[in-house]
Amino acid sequence: MRWFRRWAVDVELVGVALALSAFGIAMIFSAGVLNVPSPVTQGAWLRQLAWLAISLLAFTAVVQVKPAWIEWVAVPVFLVAVVLLGLTLAIGTGAGTAEGVEGWIEVGPLRFQPSEVAKIAAILGLARLLSARDEPPASLRDLLAPSALIAVPLGLVVLQPDLGTALAFVGLLFAALYWAGTPPLLLFLLASPGVALVLSFDTRIWSAYFIALVGFLYIYRYRLYLAESMTVVLGNLAAGTIALPLWNSLAEYQRNRLLVFLDPALDPRGAGWNLIQSKVAIGSGGLLGKGFTQGTQKRLDFLPEQHTDFIFSVVGEELGFLGVLGAIVLFWLLLFRLVRLAERSRDPFAGLVLFGIFGTWFVHIFVNVGMTVGLVPITGIPLPFVSYGGTFLLSCWTMTGLAVRLAGET
Amino acid sequence: MKIPQLVVRRGRARTAAVVLAVMMGVLSVAFFRAQVVRGTAWALQSESNRLRVLPIPAPRGTIFDRYGKVIADNVPSYSVSLFPAPTDSLRASLRRLQPLLGLEDGFVEQLLEQARTDRRQPLLVVGDAEYEDVATLEELRAEFPDVFLEMRPKRRYTAGPALGHTLGYVGEISQDELELPTFEGYEQRMVIGKDGLERQYEGSLQGMQGVRYIEVDAVGRVVGSFEGQAAAPALPGRDLQLNVDLDLVRYIHEIFPEDRRGAVVALNVADGGVLALYSAPSFDPNDFVGGIDRGLWEQLNRDPTRPLFNRAVVGRYPPASTWKVAAAAIALKMGVLEPGEVMPAPCTGSFRYGNDVRRCWYPAGHGHQDLAGALAHSCNVYFYQVGVRIGLDNLVREGSRLGFAEPCGVDLPVESTGVFPATLGFWEDRYGFPPTENEVLSLAIGQGPNDQTPLKMAQFYVALARDGTAPAPRLAVSRAAEPPGPDWSLDLNGEDLEAIREGLRQVTAPGGTAFLSTLEHWDLIGKTGTAQQGLGEEPAHAWFVGLAGAWGGRPEIVVAVIIEEGVSGSAAAAPIAAKAADFHLRRKYGIPTDTIQTLREHYQLGVPAPWAGRGRRETE
Repeated sequence: MRWFRRWAVDVELVGVALALSAFGIAMIFSAGVLNVPSPVTQGAWLRQLAWLAISLLAFTAVVQVKPAWIEWVAVPVFLVAVVLLGLTLAIGTGAGTAEGVEGWIEVGPLRFQPSEVAKIAAILGLARLLSARDEPPASLRDLLAPSALIAVPLGLVVLQPDLGTALAFVGLLFAALYWAGTPPLLLFLLASPGVALVLSFDTRIWSAYFIALVGFLYIYRYRLYLAESMTVVLGNLAAGTIALPLWNSLAEYQRNRLLVFLDPALDPRGAGWNLIQSKVAIGSGGLLGKGFTQGTQKRLDFLPEQHTDFIFSVVGEELGFLGVLGAIVLFWLLLFRLVRLAERSRDPFAGLVLFGIFGTWFVHIFVNVGMTVGLVPITGIPLPFVSYGGTFLLSCWTMTGLAVRLAGET
Repeated sequence: MKIPQLVVRRGRARTAAVVLAVMMGVLSVAFFRAQVVRGTAWALQSESNRLRVLPIPAPRGTIFDRYGKVIADNVPSYSVSLFPAPTDSLRASLRRLQPLLGLEDGFVEQLLEQARTDRRQPLLVVGDAEYEDVATLEELRAEFPDVFLEMRPKRRYTAGPALGHTLGYVGEISQDELELPTFEGYEQRMVIGKDGLERQYEGSLQGMQGVRYIEVDAVGRVVGSFEGQAAAPALPGRDLQLNVDLDLVRYIHEIFPEDRRGAVVALNVADGGVLALYSAPSFDPNDFVGGIDRGLWEQLNRDPTRPLFNRAVVGRYPPASTWKVAAAAIALKMGVLEPGEVMPAPCTGSFRYGNDVRRCWYPAGHGHQDLAGALAHSCNVYFYQVGVRIGLDNLVREGSRLGFAEPCGVDLPVESTGVFPATLGFWEDRYGFPPTENEVLSLAIGQGPNDQTPLKMAQFYVALARDGTAPAPRLAVSRAAEPPGPDWSLDLNGEDLEAIREGLRQVTAPGGTAFLSTLEHWDLIGKTGTAQQGLGEEPAHAWFVGLAGAWGGRPEIVVAVIIEEGVSGSAAAAPIAAKAADFHLRRKYGIPTDTIQTLREHYQLGVPAPWAGRGRRETE
């Protein structure tokens, strides 16, 4: 029974995770109820159920591991993950609804996504790096090492190209840095080249932003080294300059996704299709929804990737606003619990891992749910615990295990 | 790293919790806006996403003849359509359909071109597929998910070419027609009456299209019919009852000489209803149903005999001697002629008027004639003098009053107006100089500027058969409580009318021009005519307008026959009129129709006709 006490050490987090997993399997089942059944979605819920069993086994295993081992294993895991990511670029294959992303490695009958391993590895590695410091990062130079650590797997994932997972790395970096006590001003300056990149689609907006940034740096000059200010200015300038070549280097479908985010009517049958149909599905669900398995948009195959990335559209169509609200509350409970656990944890490594997981899931949830209503551009990013996908479910439950185990060690 | 103080952790956690709450709030608000605030609009779009509206064609009203026989009805036909899809998948579907339906390569390309121009409509592949093909497709349904089979009513004309001109035909509405105010509320692909009665009574024959909803998925596959929203059934068009005698028209088509052009009009004396309207050569309206073959269409249009031309209603011919009756009627009405009176100048084969010498068709001359004799022999000299007595002014005025410059008012979309001088200004307009008084000589014998349709001449003779009035000839039985009143009146008393009929009776008496066309069972009277064309070098058109009815009774049917280049009214036109009248009356009175009809046929077959000359006095 020892294992069970460990297992149930945080009933709230595990309970919410179980509830979300069950909810996900139900929605995957519904996504398979089509008028013209498809072999891809039919029976997917059974496979997901099997994966849940495997995931729970993994979770049980993880909660047995001593926290010290976890800390120790962080570095080797990180190195293995980087090697795997590199390997993926060489021999990776596409799969399922994400044919375009070569992010899978096949070993005999097994097929898994190294980027999921890399996420865990990055969380652990970053926590290890930051927890080794005596003081919170106080200058941009202090942020150099953690950023570089994350930049390696992030870069490799971008090359796959899997922008969604790349965003998750950014999320976990910022969350962990924040928990490590990095001043928000520094975090902003770290993010500023990214902001510049986004704003550079319009030269005037970018110019205004750039002038404001320089002014800001001048006002806060006494809190920064000159070299840092210069780096920030140069970084923003570079971001604005490389925006156009970067844009041109994007694959066409990626460019179209960004364009239709601004105006879905641009290509209603092509790149805009997903967003339009998802919005129609969610909107037509109304307050109460069309009923479980009854969504017509889904049933008639108007919804794309309805058991993976767009599963939340099915939730919106069939369960309505109340169902959506229920799901959002569950996700909120999940994330809020992570924050509470970090708050209680006196071990810096534990707190950093918890916040790394928080950052990863937060990005996944916000971007995935947000893209179904057109709040953020469409990115191929799954919904934790809910979307169909074995490796991803396994990784979510492994993270849960880590969170529970580390948080319990106080 | 030093363990952060609980206070520090609490502060950081609080900020993180606030950020988390704000972001979750943003998501909730976004969904609230999409689902609750804008929900209805999206719900509508979701419906239109998956529901396709399909019209259910309404069956056209059935057309019956006067005895309730079906002239035009509907039979089921099956159309094969493809649901809207990208051109590539349409092409693939068509390729697979090609061997099944026997489509040609060129036709497939044509269909694809059509699909490109109108992407949202289903693509009609075959409008009228063979039943076997449809059955095969139905069986292979799973293999052709985007094929859509539809039952549409198809028009069938039981009389074929016999009633082609009268019925007209139906066809799919054209783009130009859709823009006409007449066709407001019509939709693409609807079948409309294009000509003849189908066009005339389009409004009531059409009915109301029904509506059906079908559910389709994202790639346009039909998932089933949608029951949630009320589908409206089609309302069939109203039936149309005609005055036409279907068997009579068929009979006329049968006896009309095959290589001849011309027309036959039969009117019912009692109400002016059209018993038969026939124009030769004709066309089969069934060929037009579901789209006419282009080759046949060009052939019909290029044919020098003009099969699409309705000679009975649109064709205009000089009425010639058949119009002498009109001259007589005008003279009698004016009181310038007594029926028993003999004209002062005897017929010597010619007639001098001023410096103008006019000939009679019979060079030896007819001698002294009264009205009856003059009609019997169709003596020109007698009618020259009638014309002089009437005077040009009066002839023009009275002729116009009798409607010779107006249409009859038949219920068809197109009818020719007769050519007749309505005023003396007619000559001024047409030839640039005023008429001389001797124009009256030509007009009095049915020549000069006088061209009439066979229908008009028949209508005029209906007035003679009645009390001097003639209603508009109607094809359809009027739905109004009372039949339309007479259009005009000859203004003649019974004696004068009888005098004219007596003249017509002499035409079929022994020695009269149409004696050989007399009938055993019926009293046939009438007038022959021979209308010269142009300078008289081409063969003349042959006329006969006859009245027939039971012996001792009123005439019941009027038949007008014209045979282009038939040369002789008595030999070519009169037998057809006589046989048509005989056929109609025999069936009306229950006499078998399979026996010999005219006196001519008796003589040809050597069967004695003891009834010959019954009720007639020998003309001198």
